[in-house]
Formats: sequence, C-alpha cells, structure tokens
Amino acid sequence: MELLSGADMIARFLKDEGVERIYGYPGGAALHIYDALFRQDSVQHILVRHEQAATHAADGYARASGKPGVVLVTSGPGATNAVTGIATAYMDSIPMVVLCGQVASHLIGEDAFQETDIVGVTRPVVKHSFSIRHPSEIPEVLKKAFYLASTGRPGPVVVDIPKDMTAPTERYEYVYPKKVKIRSYNPVTRGHSGQIKKAVDMMLKARRPVFYTGGGIVTGRASEALTDLVQRLGFPITTTLMGIGGYPQGDRQSLGWLGMHGSYEANMAMHHADLIVAIGARFDDRVTNNTSKFCPTAKIVHVDIDPSSISKTVRADVPIVGAAGSVINEMISLVQDREPANPEALGEWWKSIDGWRAERKGRLYEPSKPGEALKPQEVIEAVYRATRGEAFVTTDVGQHQMFAAQYYKFAKPNRFITSGGLGTMGFGFPAAMGVKLSYPQDDVVCFTGEGSFQMMMQELSTCKQFDVGVKIVNLNNQSLGMVRQWQDLNYKSRHAHSYMESLPDFAKLIEAYGFTAIKVTTHEELAPALERAFADTNELVFLDIYVDPFEHVYPMQVPLGSMRDMLLSKTERT
Amino acid sequence: MRHIISILLENEPGALSRVVGLFSQRNFNIETLNVAPTEDPSLSRLTVTTVGDDRVIEQITKHLNKLIDVVKLVDLTEGNHIERELMLVKVKALGAARDEVKRTADIFRAQIVDVTPSVYTVQITGDAGKLDAFIQAMAPIGILEVARTGVSGIARGDKLLTL
Ligand SMILES: Cc1ncc(C[n+]2csc(CCOP(=O)(O)OP(=O)(O)O)c2C)c(N)n1
Ligand SMILES: [Mg+2]
Repeated sequence: MELLSGADMIARFLKDEGVERIYGYPGGAALHIYDALFRQDSVQHILVRHEQAATHAADGYARASGKPGVVLVTSGPGATNAVTGIATAYMDSIPMVVLCGQVASHLIGEDAFQETDIVGVTRPVVKHSFSIRHPSEIPEVLKKAFYLASTGRPGPVVVDIPKDMTAPTERYEYVYPKKVKIRSYNPVTRGHSGQIKKAVDMMLKARRPVFYTGGGIVTGRASEALTDLVQRLGFPITTTLMGIGGYPQGDRQSLGWLGMHGSYEANMAMHHADLIVAIGARFDDRVTNNTSKFCPTAKIVHVDIDPSSISKTVRADVPIVGAAGSVINEMISLVQDREPANPEALGEWWKSIDGWRAERKGRLYEPSKPGEALKPQEVIEAVYRATRGEAFVTTDVGQHQMFAAQYYKFAKPNRFITSGGLGTMGFGFPAAMGVKLSYPQDDVVCFTGEGSFQMMMQELSTCKQFDVGVKIVNLNNQSLGMVRQWQDLNYKSRHAHSYMESLPDFAKLIEAYGFTAIKVTTHEELAPALERAFADTNELVFLDIYVDPFEHVYPMQVPLGSMRDMLLSKTERT
Repeated sequence: MRHIISILLENEPGALSRVVGLFSQRNFNIETLNVAPTEDPSLSRLTVTTVGDDRVIEQITKHLNKLIDVVKLVDLTEGNHIERELMLVKVKALGAARDEVKRTADIFRAQIVDVTPSVYTVQITGDAGKLDAFIQAMAPIGILEVARTGVSGIARGDKLLTL
C-alpha cells in the first residue's frame, strides 16, 4: 500500500493514465501540485504564457491525437483565463481535462484571495465538472474526469481542487483505478439495427443521395469505415468544417465541405438531394442556413452518438443514436452484396454534380500577376504544395481560416485543426504548439491573420523555451478581414473598427525572440520564402505575407436563404 | 402543452444548479420546480413543470438525460398520473370576511392551520388548477401572502420511477 499526498497522487495518476505532457501556469492554489510535478519526471509540464494558450495547446494535441489534452491552472484569474479555451473545446466536442487549483476548503465562499467559483463559471461549457472534497477521492475523480472527457460525445471536464486537498502532510492510500463506473452515464455504442436497416434500404433506393459527415467521424475514428461505405455506394460526400479529412478530399466523390463558405457543388448537391445521410454532424446554422428552406426534397437519416443532436434544428426521418464507426460498419455489412436500385438516376445525379463543379472551376479567384499583391488563396495553395499536403494545419479565425479550409486539401483526418463551433481568434498558434510538441517529425503550419495572431502572440516565448518549431503563416491583410467583408456586404463598407492601425513590424517582433521571420510583399518573393521556411521542420519560422486586403471569401450563403442561395463573387449570385 | 417531468438526481453539490442552468442556458421555460430527498439518500427527486411543443419537450428531456447527475427521468404527462401541489395562503379575515374565508376553504377542502384576530392561514393541496381557482376565489377578500411548493407528481398504477 502506498501513501501519497493529494498533490503526489495527481502527478502519479497522470503518469499511470499515460499522460506525457500537460500545459499550465502556476499560482498559489496550485503550488503543492507544482511541487509534486517538480519531484517527478514522467509527465512533462509546458509552461505557457497565458492560461488560454494552455487550453488551446491541449486542445490542439487532443484534435491531432484523439486523446484528452490536460491543463493545470491556478484558482481565480488562472482558471478564468482558461474559460475561452474550455468553451472552444466544448463547442467542438474535444476531450480535455482541466485541473484548477482552488482556495482552501475553509475559505470557499468568503471571497478569499483568488477565489472564483470556477465550477459555476464553466458550468454551461463543460461536459461535467467535479470538486474534490477529500484527498482520498483524487484518483477516482480524476479517472472519472478522463473517462467522461474521452468517451461518448467527448468534451472538457473541469476538476476543482481546493489547496488543502493537496497538502503535502496529509497522505492517503493511492491505487490507480483501472476502471470507473458512473451509474447515470452509459454512452451508447451500437445503433438500433432496425433503424440502420431502414436507413440502408433508403440509401439503396435513393436517386440523389449525399453523405453529410462531421467531426463525429474524426473523433469517432471512423474515417476508414466511412471511406469504405461511401466508395461501395458511389455516392457524393460533403463534410462539415469539423469533418474535413474524414473522407479524402482529393477523391472524385468528395464535394469538399459545405455551408456558409462551403463549396458551390456541396451546397447545390445538398439542396437538390432526395436523401441526406448525416453522420456525426449536427445541422448547425453555419451549415443549414435557413432551416425552413433547408433541403426541401430530402429525407434525412441522422446518425449521432448524442441523442440531443438529433432533430435539434432539423427533423430527422430516420434517427439513429450510435457511435459513427459501429453504425457505419453495420451499414457496410448490409450493403455488402447489394447494388443501388437506381443506377441511371445516380448517373444523372453525378452529371448534375459534375456540371456544378465545372461551373465553379471557372470562378475561384483571380490569381495575382507579377508585381501585384498576393491573393490569400494562392498563398494557401503554395503552402499546400510546399508541404505536399501532409502538414498538420491549424488556423485562427477569419478569412484566412476559410481560405485555408478551401485551398489546403486534406487526405486524412486529425490534420485540419480549427475552432469551428466557437470561432475563437487566438486558437491557432497555441494549438499548433500543442500539435508540434507531440508530432515533432511533422510540419505544423498555423495559418493566422494579423488580428488573430496578436491575441496569443505571447506564446512565442513558450516556443522559445521549449524549442517548438511551428511555421506561422500570417496572411496579413492589414484588417480584420472577415469583419470588413461583412461590413462591405451589410453596412455599405462602413469599416467600423475592422482595420488594423499601428501594426507592429512582425519581423522585428519575431526576431526579438530569436526566431526567423520573412516578410513577403510581392508575388515573386513567395516561392523563395516558402523554400526557406520549410527547409528545417524543427525551426520556428514566421512568414509575414502581405495579401490583397480587398479580397472576400466566396461562395458565401445569403442570410435567411436556402443552401443554394450563395454569393459567388463580389458581383455574382446564384 | 404543459408537461410534468420528474427526475432522479444524484444528491451531489451543484447537481441542482446544472438542471436549473440548463433551462436558462437553452431558453427552456420552468413554471414550477420542486426538489427533495427520496428514500435513497444518494438520490433527490426533482419535479419540474414546463410548457413547450413536442420538439421543445423532446429537447428538454434529451438534454436533461445528458447531464451526468441525472440518473433517470420520466415525463409524467405522457401517461396517467397524480399531480399535487401544496399551498399556504394568508388571507385577511376581519368581520364578515372571517366566515366567508372559512366557507370558501371548506368548499375547496382546505384547512385553516393558523389564526390571529385579523388573519387566517389556509393550507390547500391539489393540482395546480385547483390552487389557482382557490386564489381567484380568495382574491376579492384579500390575499396577504402565498407560498406554493410547486408541483410534485407520480405515475398511476404499477409504473415506478426507480433505479
Ligand atoms: C476572440 C474573438 N473576438 C472576435 C471575433 C470576431 N471576428 C471573427 S473574424 C474576425 C477578424 C479576424 O481578423 P484576422 O485575424 O486578421 O483574420 P482575417 O479575417 O483578416 O483573415 C473577428 C474580429 C472572434 N471570432 N473571436
Ligand atoms: Mg487580417
């Protein structure tokens, strides 16, 4: 029998749980835990420069690896600084465990120094939370936290740890709990066989089917099964922004991603479909546009592990509660020796889709000519080529995010890492750090904008300390481009606070940390800059690329319209 | 439509706030809320009455079920059920009104549980409609204070809400 203090139990539990790395920032209420971390070397602690970055870094790691990211912060301001990152993970169903120091139990409720009710503050943005009430509970509560965070529909779990729970003088028996049971929590795995059979019958009879898949394919590790099913049936497939890479984007059956800035052919196909097979996607407003005009001729099969996602915004005709992988495998076994009943109709359907594709090809964007400012889109395409399409890509939020999603093509899941649900500026750079630390052999590229980068640029210091060689591609349009686009479209180009006055000289800023920065202002400078930037996978390089500030992201769905109502350029609409 | 949802909730600190928070966070409506321990010390029973169309009620029950602290729930209005609420009312009772209060209380099978020279305190149980009717009947005489427990309920027959 081993007697450990609460703090030592935490360090020991993390080791036993297989956690290699945590992200955090110390402070009074967490100091016993920090001392325990100091006295061991199994778990590496990455000291960030702002707690929000700790959550985004853990989140980036979780999205790339599928395992829960772990964060340690102190009470009060440490914990409140983490809230944006917790909410970001919550909206995208990312597994994360956040350990928060808290003032000692006897001080709780007295407005003690650095006291906040973090369980209360985070309640609407966590999957669950715990407060430790006795040190001996620590192993079991932590096991429950990891179990909840990473099973079912994943999400962040907060564990509030009053300082006296980790006191070095109080020691209790430590046993690593291999398993925990929570009586009210039994996430489903298999879907209802009758419903699956019904869905497959509809799929085989469909004349204009589309698969519409989301982040559930990525978190559910179901992309191989999905690819198999989709290819057997020969149906077109579109993914959500979160589902990118769940099906190889270079494949002929892939229509790209759908929704507000999704591809023309994906939105057109959805609108005209007679059957939509949604798997691990949640019909959110950035996808459906106006739900009352959504896909008027389609029947809907909806597979999701979370029953509350089904029929939340759009009514499902065949609801199936189950894990994506298991349901897809059951579908595969049902379609095994059967053929779609309407091959001619499917042929016609593909003809329409190929027609939309051809229409779109002509109007992507106008590439720059020598001497002109670069277009953001062509920068993404050039980075795609420079990294052979194999990099981990993180993004911030704005136009650059949409361009990255549109022009970098992903063949695999877990490679495109973006804040889809919350749209958190500042996410990209720390998320890239989290990925790079765990995937040192890979290129990790963060596409950012000068607005977003300035929200988390203090993390350059973390990169310096831990030698994190991410590539930062700043698509510098000298404006809050996405805001400006909306102002152009909806406010007669009144650019209220969407320009970036007094931009720093990013190159000098980066150099102050001892890193390489390359400023690119013309077409000609791009290729050599990329060659230099990607010469060494482990070197942090910042590319400050001046791009056309007047570019808009298209297609763009027209507000209150249907899926097919899109602006296609500054002058054309469907 | 009005629904009565009964929930078995882990008797954990903060569990109630998760339920209540869910309603405000998702813009669901709470008409009454009643919570108390059960015969099992690890469980509380919470009953909430809410109003919404089928789509909203489906979302409410699904989201409640998602809360880790919610062990089991039932929408009592889906079947035959007994609905009860208890109300204590202080009514002005001076002169002729003293008799009037007494008579009305008798009609409603309410009991006068406390008396002063100027005030009767009346206790009444029933479904929410009966309590509303009593308030209406007493209003002209002069209601001084109302304390209602909120609706509690249980299914009729052999149906149980247990683990
Ligand atoms: C934390 C946060 N604040 C505000 C916003 C609203 N917002 C969305 S995009 C955007 C502009 C982003 O500018 P930049 O990072 O330069 O990217 P660009 O659109 O120019 O490519 C803003 C302010 C947000 N998404 N997140
Ligand atoms: Mg910008």
